[in-house]
Amino acid sequence: MNKICPNFDEALAGIEDGMAVMIGGFGGAGAPIELIHALVERYKKTGSPGRLTVINNNAGNGAIGIAAMIYAGMVAKMVCSFPRSSDPKAFTDAYLAGEIELELVPQGTLAERIRAGGAGIPAFYTPSSYGTQVADGKPIAEFDGKHYVQERWLKADVALIKAEVADRKGNLTYRKAARNFSPLMATAAKTTIVQAGRIVEPGEIDPEQVITPGIFVNRIVEIPDPKQEEALLREGAK
Amino acid sequence: MTSKLTNAQIAWRAAQDLPDGAYVNLGIGFPEMIAKFKPDGREVIYHTENGILDFGEAPPAGEEDWDLINAGKKAVTLNDGASFFHHADSFAMVRGGHLDIAVLGAYEIAENGDIANWSTGPGSVPAVGGAMDLVHGAKQIWVVTDHVTKKGEPKLLKECRLPLTGVGCVTTVYTSLAVIDIVNQRFVLREKLPAMSLAELQAVTGAELVVEGTIGDLIVPEV
Repeated sequence: MNKICPNFDEALAGIEDGMAVMIGGFGGAGAPIELIHALVERYKKTGSPGRLTVINNNAGNGAIGIAAMIYAGMVAKMVCSFPRSSDPKAFTDAYLAGEIELELVPQGTLAERIRAGGAGIPAFYTPSSYGTQVADGKPIAEFDGKHYVQERWLKADVALIKAEVADRKGNLTYRKAARNFSPLMATAAKTTIVQAGRIVEPGEIDPEQVITPGIFVNRIVEIPDPKQEEALLREGAK
Repeated sequence: MTSKLTNAQIAWRAAQDLPDGAYVNLGIGFPEMIAKFKPDGREVIYHTENGILDFGEAPPAGEEDWDLINAGKKAVTLNDGASFFHHADSFAMVRGGHLDIAVLGAYEIAENGDIANWSTGPGSVPAVGGAMDLVHGAKQIWVVTDHVTKKGEPKLLKECRLPLTGVGCVTTVYTSLAVIDIVNQRFVLREKLPAMSLAELQAVTGAELVVEGTIGDLIVPEV
């Protein structure tokens, strides 16, 4: 078993028009910038993959990462909790022009929908959003005297995530708060593609320290010294 | 009209009510200021939605690690005893009732505890973040806010007019003029600025202020 891919072309193979793509990260922490930019480059060269549904907590910042995908015109729909950032122009302009669809999901509901998708749970009830516009049209049920909103699982064709360390079997660790949605997304996509800052031999990651077990990972590409989205933005990246 | 409290002073007042040993989530922006005014001798553990428990102050400029941020995407540091976890665990802490207090800002608060703080209505890009989860998770939901809008209209109302974040969830409101607890779907006045009469305060409040026992003086130092 060897999940390591030698290059982006192999790592990103099979991502097609209209697919749902989960992208790890919360703001800049955990954003797999190199994988995203390789996909944007592919779209600019070949016109594919377009009309993507992108699932992330946010909707891009500045002109890099998910914002670069939006500017390139490859995103049809965003599923997120907070489509604002220090520079949200890419999403805001596209949204107000009616060029991009938004499914707004409370952050905890987004996390749990992804967890449910990866765990084979088609729906669940949450107190979040009860009595608000966000619950419009969703089934409501009462449990022990309180009202809850039914939410459905969320799955994707592909997840793009950033890990700190990986081994060829797909075991992953993350760096600090860059973990956020990535362990959940790894479980909820048909194909989970990882960029890892370092690849080590199996056994070198202490089994007690593995955060994402390898069964959830399909492909790994090594990106030593990866860029950090927030740091790039602060350096004035365009 | 007597001079109202600044946001920093409202944060100071709320901070005096943080109990020792509490697990607390402070909302982005104004509520974050509360941490600065926590009384000495009380240990409070802060939670941030993006997967950190027990984070500390911001690092000095130039020493930021942008993988170590809070929900407002600001750089933070870690206290000894901190932990990282993924988003589903983070919101298990929230919805599962494990947090003692969550503090939020608000556009409007109704006397029944409803809160509106995520959308000013059509025409803007809607963004909710973790607010709808937080209001249904923590044991106490505090709001820190100016008592009135920029136009001078009441923010404390009989019913919210803007899109709701949550229903019947707010427990205490710390404003620029008063401290108000929500008890049995009514605004119960705990403290007010001493220079302000009850009638003056009622005039800028959009629902009845209930007085039970004595009204405390809201006295806050310059901060």
